[in-house]
This record gives sequence, C-alpha cells and structure tokens, in this order.
Amino acid sequence: MNALNVRTLAAWAAGSALVVVFLAGMYALAVAPAARDGLAAGPGGFGLPELLFYLLSAVTLAGAAAVAFVRNILHSAVGLLAALLGAGSLYVLLSADFVAVTQLLVYVGGVLVLVLFAVMLTSRITEVTVSNRSFGLFGGLLLLVAAAPVLVTVALVTPWPAAPPGPLAPSTAAIGDGLLTRWLLPFEVASLILLATLVGAVAIARKELKSDD
Amino acid sequence: MSIPLPHFLVVGALLFALGLVTVATRRNAVGVLMGVELILNGANVNFVAFERYVGGGVSGQVFALFVIVLAAAEAAVGLAIVLAVFQLSRSIDVRQADLLRE
Repeated sequence: MNALNVRTLAAWAAGSALVVVFLAGMYALAVAPAARDGLAAGPGGFGLPELLFYLLSAVTLAGAAAVAFVRNILHSAVGLLAALLGAGSLYVLLSADFVAVTQLLVYVGGVLVLVLFAVMLTSRITEVTVSNRSFGLFGGLLLLVAAAPVLVTVALVTPWPAAPPGPLAPSTAAIGDGLLTRWLLPFEVASLILLATLVGAVAIARKELKSDD
Repeated sequence: MSIPLPHFLVVGALLFALGLVTVATRRNAVGVLMGVELILNGANVNFVAFERYVGGGVSGQVFALFVIVLAAAEAAVGLAIVLAVFQLSRSIDVRQADLLRE
C-alpha cells in the first residue's frame, strides 16, 4: 500500500468519522431528550420523517465532506452530486417542492454536468495527485474545526422565534403569484443576468481566431 | 413532522463550513467552484428552513430560487474562465493563475 492509498483512506475515514460524530451528536442533543420528554411525533417517538431527515442529512454531509477532502477531482464531483441531491430532498421535507425540483433541474441537471465537463476538459484526471492537490488535509481539518463548532453552536443555542410548522402543502402557485407581482423586477433582472451570462460565457470560453494582420 | 428548526440550521452550517474548507484548501479551480456551490446550498437550506419555521409566506423560497439562478450563472461564467485560463497556461492551479499581477 503506497502513500497515496493511505491518504485516500485517511480522507474517507475522516469523512465517515464526521458523519458518525454528527449523527451521534444529533442523537445525544435532540433525539434522546425529545424521546424522553415525549415531544417527538408519532407513537414510536421517532417517526419516518425524522429518520428520513437524518439519513438525508448524512448523505448530504458525506457528499460535502467528499467534495472537501477526496483527492480525485472526479470523486469530488460525485460527492457534489450526493450533496446537491441531499439538499434538494431536504427542501422536500421543508415543504418547498418547487425549490426542490428547481434544485434537481438546475443544479443536478445543469451545473453538475457543467462541472463534469470542465473536469474532463481541463485536468489530467488520470494523474490523481495532479488533478486535485490541496493545501493539505491538516490545514483543511483545522479550518473545519475552527468554523463548524461556532456556527453549529449559534444554530443550537440561539432562541429562534420558531412556530410549529403547518402541514406539508404545495407552494408552487404562491411562488408563481409572487414572481409575477411582488418580485417581478428581480425576476426580470435575473433573466437579464442569465442572458448576459450566456453571451459572456460563450465569449470567454471560445477559442480566439487568429486575425490576419 | 417534528424536526426542530436548529437541525436544519446545523445541516446548513456544516455545508457552509465544508464549502469554506473546500474553497480555502483546493488548488484546482474547478474544486474551488464546487466549494462555492456548497456554500450557496448551505445558505439556501437556511433560507427555506427559516421561511417554514419563522417567516411564513414564500419569500424564503423565492430568495432560494434567485440564489439557484445566480449560482447557475456563476458556475457558467466561472467554468468559462477556468477553460480560458487552461487554454492559456495548460494548468488550472489557482496558485499559478497570477497573470494579472505582472
């Protein structure tokens, strides 16, 4: 086993350890007290939506960890696929069906294919060490340890004025109404930006033709 | 449906942190763009979660939609720039892309 395999194994071990720590922390912080106090929904105290939520967040975060720590850029793209799909399914759990479908169409169908094309067109993907070098796993883990606990603590400790949400309901009609009334101007500006982006991307990426001067 | 709000916020925060790590440590420009996508997704999860638990209405979802649109635009232009840099110097290492400095 050479050094590269050891590094890959270490990255995967770090990613799975992160997921395990997240799940264990979630259980210790929220699920266990809720089950003890009888606050959780359903007769079992731990219903299907909760199970789905934890599974989907585990998939999302595992994909994100793969994007951050895996050395092969192609594997990173597959991790990005998992992260985007997981985030899209979290939108379904949040009763945002239109956003979920848009995520599927635009991110998974568009942006990810674009990223894959860029990977194939640019990097020498057969040379794994060349294709996705990073400043080192140590620095990345250090930054993660510095940033993640602060954000997570803020999210858990702050007393958000959260009301219990209503039942899941489709929101597409309301979004359509909003886009044509209250958010009409941002909507049109977004279309303009997309047009400018289209032209700009083609103008930047095309090969320059040699002029005869 | 009794998943508390902070759980979604924690997922969003971890997505953001992992994206931050990706942007800071990757040397491959495409990898850096992937990190930006992760950061935007973390923000989007927060938008939709706050809209469902705190704000009400559809403002959060509309904002998330605009973020998705702008992320697609950013990815298209960013990857076009990456391709142009690659054609110029046969490398997309972000530490070597310092042509404008000279």
